[in-house]
Amino acid sequence: MLKQTPLNATHRELGAKMVDFGGWDMPVNYGSQIEEHHAVRSGCGLFDVSHMLPLDIRGANVRAFLRRLVANNVDKLQVSGKALYSCMLNEAGGVIDDLILYFMDESWFRLVVNAGTAEKDLAWMEKMNADWGMGLTLTPRRDLAMIAIQGPNAVQALNEALPGVDSITANLKPFNAAAMGEMFIARTGYTGEDGFEVMVPVKSAPFFWKALMEAGGKPIGLGARDTLRLEAGMNLYGQDMDETTSPLESGLAWTVDLKSGRDFVGRAALEKSEVTKQLAGLLLLDRGVLRSHQKVHTQYGEGEITSGTFSPTMQQSIALARIPLGIAPGAEVEVEIRDKKLRAKVVRYPFVRNGKILIA
Amino acid sequence: MSIPADLKYTPSHEWVRVEADGTLTVGITHHAQDLLGDMVFIETPAAGRTLAKGEECAVVESVKAASDVYAPVAGEVIAANADVEASPESVNQDAYSAWMFKMKPANAADVAGLMDAAAYRKLVESEAH
Repeated sequence: MLKQTPLNATHRELGAKMVDFGGWDMPVNYGSQIEEHHAVRSGCGLFDVSHMLPLDIRGANVRAFLRRLVANNVDKLQVSGKALYSCMLNEAGGVIDDLILYFMDESWFRLVVNAGTAEKDLAWMEKMNADWGMGLTLTPRRDLAMIAIQGPNAVQALNEALPGVDSITANLKPFNAAAMGEMFIARTGYTGEDGFEVMVPVKSAPFFWKALMEAGGKPIGLGARDTLRLEAGMNLYGQDMDETTSPLESGLAWTVDLKSGRDFVGRAALEKSEVTKQLAGLLLLDRGVLRSHQKVHTQYGEGEITSGTFSPTMQQSIALARIPLGIAPGAEVEVEIRDKKLRAKVVRYPFVRNGKILIA
Repeated sequence: MSIPADLKYTPSHEWVRVEADGTLTVGITHHAQDLLGDMVFIETPAAGRTLAKGEECAVVESVKAASDVYAPVAGEVIAANADVEASPESVNQDAYSAWMFKMKPANAADVAGLMDAAAYRKLVESEAH
């Protein structure tokens, strides 16, 4: 039996094509994935991301707990509502999950974790909570639905759908959040566009979704969510990194704080490890489509594509690939696609941000 | 569901039109393109290539996934459609005019082994459950 979000009936009414996404019955598209992709880059798209889990951690030791639990430094969060992206590592330095942490107050942080890893994450956090004697309360918030509103018209759509929110959206900076009654409004996303991720009580979700559609928001499925995030150069857990890969070889070194003296889980392993790979962007020069697990041949050895797709914005195939360190942007590599070796160029990513192509 | 009655079909979702001269025109069905989603890349076989029945001979890729197209019967490729390679989205717009290749069957009698529209409809309906 697949799990359903509070918007399941809404997706079906809209004629969505539903798929099993890690045990969740989710919309992959509502017609054309490419049209949905463009709608987000040029207007406003709505995503049901209620399969992801908001998780409240409360208690006097919450900051001390998170200093040890995650690889990024929660001490960067000093203003209520400020958000931080981080990996949670195992002792070997592998990535258990990537997540967003919101600082609410000194006894309350809110985390958002991936759907497929939610149970594993929760078990891990409860174990650390017990092992370290932190005495914290972890509360999964399945009573909240989450809707992402993304695109250049996201502000306008949200303001129109939710009377009174304009006083918040006018001042909310990227990677910050604010509460409005029972709602939680964060200026975050997974598309490379301006926008919000809004948590609402489950019972209000279908009504809120319809109001957002009336305000010009177009429903967007998981298919376009993937092409948008890949153009934006954002990692996908389980594909670009997992428990067997180091964040330092997954393009996530910027999220790993080795400067402060904190002793976080995985730090010792990372400091001992030798980094030999990097996550790089690829642009396919020949005709075809890059896909995950295709082999990449470089002058310093082999690599592998972790995420690949056809970019609707660039009208060309792009990918993220884990390749040997030392291969610089501009280098040409070969990708094995079926029985052929096709030419690709190593590029710096993101590929697209705020509707603009960043690759020359 | 669009399954023209005048065409033949395969269990791997190709459609086949038997032309007056006995040659075959091959494409993928409306159902197949619907499963795959927006097409972004198509590779057709070279004219002159000899195909075994069921041999992988063309590739269709959507934003979602890559899929092979198989030879409906044994024979030789006599033409490939450069237009679908240039405009993969034409398969989404009208799967039955966006043909992939034309072939000459090795044995004209093999064509009788293909599914008719009713049988193909049954197959698609059974896959839906």
